[in-house]
Amino acid sequence: MSQVTMVEPVTMMDPMLPRPAVVRAIRPEAYGISTFSLEYTDPDAPLGFAAGQFNMICLPGFGEVAISICSDPGTPRVMEHTIRYAGSVTRAIGRLKIGDVVGLRGPYGNPWPMQLAEGKDLMIVAGGIGLAPLRPVILETLHHRDRFGRVLVLYGGRTPQDLLYTGEFENWQDGGIEMFVSVDRADETWKGQVGVIPMAFYRTRLDHRRTLVFSCGPEIMLRFVIYEAMARRIPKEAIYVSMERNMKCAIGFCGHCQLGPVFICKQGPVFRFSAIEPFFGREEF
Amino acid sequence: MAGSPTPRVSATVIFPKPTLQQVLDNLRASGFRLIGPTVRDGSVILGTLEKISELPIGRLLDQKAGNSRLLPTHSADYFACTVGPDSWKRYLFPARSDLLTARRNGDGWIFTPASDDSPPFAFIGVKSCDLHAIALQDEVFVNGTIGDPHYAHRRQRVFMLAVNCSTAASTCFCTSMSTGPHVRSGFDLALTELPDSFVMEIGSEAGSNALAGIDWQPASAFDLGRAAQVTQRTERLIQRQVTTSDLPQLLYERIDHPYWDTIAERCLSCANCTLVCPTCFCSTVEDHSDLNGNRTTRTRVWDSCFILDFSHVHGGNSRPTIKSRFRQWMTHKLGAWIDQFGRSGCVGCGRCIAWCPVGIDITEELNRLRTAGAR
Repeated sequence: MSQVTMVEPVTMMDPMLPRPAVVRAIRPEAYGISTFSLEYTDPDAPLGFAAGQFNMICLPGFGEVAISICSDPGTPRVMEHTIRYAGSVTRAIGRLKIGDVVGLRGPYGNPWPMQLAEGKDLMIVAGGIGLAPLRPVILETLHHRDRFGRVLVLYGGRTPQDLLYTGEFENWQDGGIEMFVSVDRADETWKGQVGVIPMAFYRTRLDHRRTLVFSCGPEIMLRFVIYEAMARRIPKEAIYVSMERNMKCAIGFCGHCQLGPVFICKQGPVFRFSAIEPFFGREEF
Repeated sequence: MAGSPTPRVSATVIFPKPTLQQVLDNLRASGFRLIGPTVRDGSVILGTLEKISELPIGRLLDQKAGNSRLLPTHSADYFACTVGPDSWKRYLFPARSDLLTARRNGDGWIFTPASDDSPPFAFIGVKSCDLHAIALQDEVFVNGTIGDPHYAHRRQRVFMLAVNCSTAASTCFCTSMSTGPHVRSGFDLALTELPDSFVMEIGSEAGSNALAGIDWQPASAFDLGRAAQVTQRTERLIQRQVTTSDLPQLLYERIDHPYWDTIAERCLSCANCTLVCPTCFCSTVEDHSDLNGNRTTRTRVWDSCFILDFSHVHGGNSRPTIKSRFRQWMTHKLGAWIDQFGRSGCVGCGRCIAWCPVGIDITEELNRLRTAGAR
């Protein structure tokens, strides 16, 4: 059995200690969902994040939540977080005003493999608020449009009112992104598609030899996205998903976010599907 | 004080049993707070130790599935008791520990890390299984890319006085997990109890210094032989055996096996097993604020995968049933841990077997899952 020895920790700065960050802007996105722009008050705070990473946002007295960074990695000083008011912490964040201060630590997690997508077609499939961690991917492809082949965004929401970033869709399309937007239930104002988003695969005419899929949304949606992608002979190794679990620490200490052998906070939240396939979609696992 | 010079590291010495008190006195004089097994609440509990007479002398823990009884014996051994419900993780990774305070400062917040004024601990009587359990928690808290300074601060200052087991409970299975009963590394001093004396192996400079001024003799070949016989005899006493060669694959392959339904009928999801486990590391955080919300203390608290809230996210729990939570515990402990940290999360101490209120036995359950056949 192993030697019982100690190694000096690599990071001795307290990794659970947040830094103050100020709310620079609040942009309502949909009912009960807003985007908060946060900037560290300490000008020396280390900056920089990659598309798909997340921050831990805290309000003292309420607690801490893991929230994806949804803004452009090219402008890391002000980071945007699209937050749905779901629990006590996010509801308290919802009561904040511009100029209020929160605690922030991060960025954490394994990002989307942007470099692998260069020279390839990139298919971005999102459901509901799952578009938030994929927005930095979209913004990066817009900046470097020539580095990628086709870029497709398949985006589904429950109703037209639940769709995020709708004001930006035109810009994205003008930048050379193919948009397929669909809702589960429409009202009379909706002129677009109705139906679950994996069905949009039928309209895309993919080249399976050169397509990478990045997907985030409810796990039930991810299952069908994977099914539709594999049905089109896209290899498992070319499908990436962003997963969600309860998280308390974001650094592998608290044990909450385990999925079989992986910690979602450390090895995820973005996984190559082939890496988690044996544990993905297992009932109550 | 008259005495022999300090022994060199890796030497083995022998001294009469009462002399151990002097070793403890030396450690206390060096600023250590001594922690060791004591008799309390009808069991063996770790607590502050001053005199060797406070050790559970002449007591034995009779342990079976769902059963732990402290019994008197005719022996006057100091370290004959096997492990009780407590483990040393209570001191290195306390059940509650403050992480930070947040103070309101005008419109903003000032975050201050919690200070740790705990004295350095000297652990007296660490069994081999528990030594390996501490090493497993080191992997979680300090040997990864991000270290926990709270744990590291306490861990780096520990003095480890280990003990080679002279008895085994029916719940012990360290031999199957390659974690004992013989202490092999990671100690400052390692002791073997003979009827009349202690044989002491010096594991470090600190261990050597702890014997300063003490009247010891170099252990003779005869003494070493007698000491070796102690752990050899203990090894033979350990009856419980577990096969681990097919892990973690066996557990991964049987995630959807109907066997898990049968366990759910017995498991109470009480979390006792995870609380007595010396390697379980899951925690949650709690915020406590004063009435005007100007000052908040953030505290890390032991959590358990058996608690319903553990997997809660908006929209529900990933593991709403007892079946799913028991499966998570056993699959992680015996299986996924190997992928995560390179070794099993189980050290074979048997605590979860003894302290399960309904007597669920992890070794028996693993064998039942194995023999249940592929589904």
